[in-house]
Amino acid sequence: MKIRLHHPRRDLEIVGRGRVSQILAELGLDPEAHLVIRGDTLLTSDSEVDEADEIEIRPVISGGTTDGAPCAV
Amino acid sequence: MRRHRAAYCAPHFLEFFEAQVHRAITTQRMFRPGERILVAVSGGKDSLALWEILLRRGDDATGLHVDLGIGGYSQESRARTEEFARARGARLLVADLRAEYGMDIGTLAKASGRNSCSACGLSKRYLFNKLARDGGFTAVVTGHNLDDEAAVLLGNLLHWNMDQLARQAPVLEQTHPHLVRRVKPLYRTSERESAAYALLRGIDYVIEECPHSRGARSLLHKEVLNSLEAASAGTKQAFYWGFLDRLAPVLRAGGPPVLHPCRQCDQPTTEEVCAFCRMTARAAARQSAGASSHP
Ligand SMILES: [Zn+2]
Ligand SMILES: [Zn+2]
Repeated sequence: MKIRLHHPRRDLEIVGRGRVSQILAELGLDPEAHLVIRGDTLLTSDSEVDEADEIEIRPVISGGTTDGAPCAV
Repeated sequence: MRRHRAAYCAPHFLEFFEAQVHRAITTQRMFRPGERILVAVSGGKDSLALWEILLRRGDDATGLHVDLGIGGYSQESRARTEEFARARGARLLVADLRAEYGMDIGTLAKASGRNSCSACGLSKRYLFNKLARDGGFTAVVTGHNLDDEAAVLLGNLLHWNMDQLARQAPVLEQTHPHLVRRVKPLYRTSERESAAYALLRGIDYVIEECPHSRGARSLLHKEVLNSLEAASAGTKQAFYWGFLDRLAPVLRAGGPPVLHPCRQCDQPTTEEVCAFCRMTARAAARQSAGASSHP
């Protein structure tokens, strides 16, 4: 399967199929801090990803300032 | 989407998320229908998701984007915000830090001896209040989410910032005629939920991080809270909402700080000259000193 990652933006490939939760664990990514997307569908942690699929793993944590306001605002 | 072991399909998630925002607005009396509100929008997932919901509710919500002049990141943030506003026919104000004060956030931070994130937070809070007041808006709405608030709470507790703890709330009432009420309608929902909402509504937001925020302490605090959340779902919510229920009322018993107008700019401050005026003055002095020291 083809995987697109951000921060920094990069692509990688994993051989075989697997559940979303397994893929995140293998990549050492926190499930609470990422969305896994296939096409325009948001996948849940127990969704299966096939060998031929292309997915995007998108981080959701935004940075913050030292005095209370996140940069993202 | 998972939440407290509950899973939602896409349409029900959108409904759930919007209901949480309505609930925040009504139970906390954030603003009334018809009130003119100013929404701080960065072009990121939280602020655009929030603006979308307010527009869908029919609120009179004008956007305010502050262009901080952080290279490609600011250009993209501004473009996404402008595209969003154009597509929905929403009113948007843009404040350009370089045009207004002659410096981007990096220069301002360096020349005033603050770190970028602190200069950024201070500038944004200052400009939100100033522009809201100038434009006759009665509330400033920001996209701070549950994760932001929980991370700030953890940081404030770790360093015992008592003043900041006393001021941490989803609603900061107007305690001075020059201070516009500040509200955070996303305090009930997580940033994962904001991202999912933006994605499912087809909102094109900036995924990139502010380049200055790398290594920021608040990111560490968020990671710690996410580890706790993974071990025990609902921890973040219990932590922040518990604070609001139990400790915040005790801390607020002392009453709000006494504010008066800044001698230079008339904005409310606890000191003679406000922190923003001191920062820009220091930066301007440093710049002219630097310019004249070379023949
Ligand atoms: Zn920043
Ligand atoms: Zn001032």
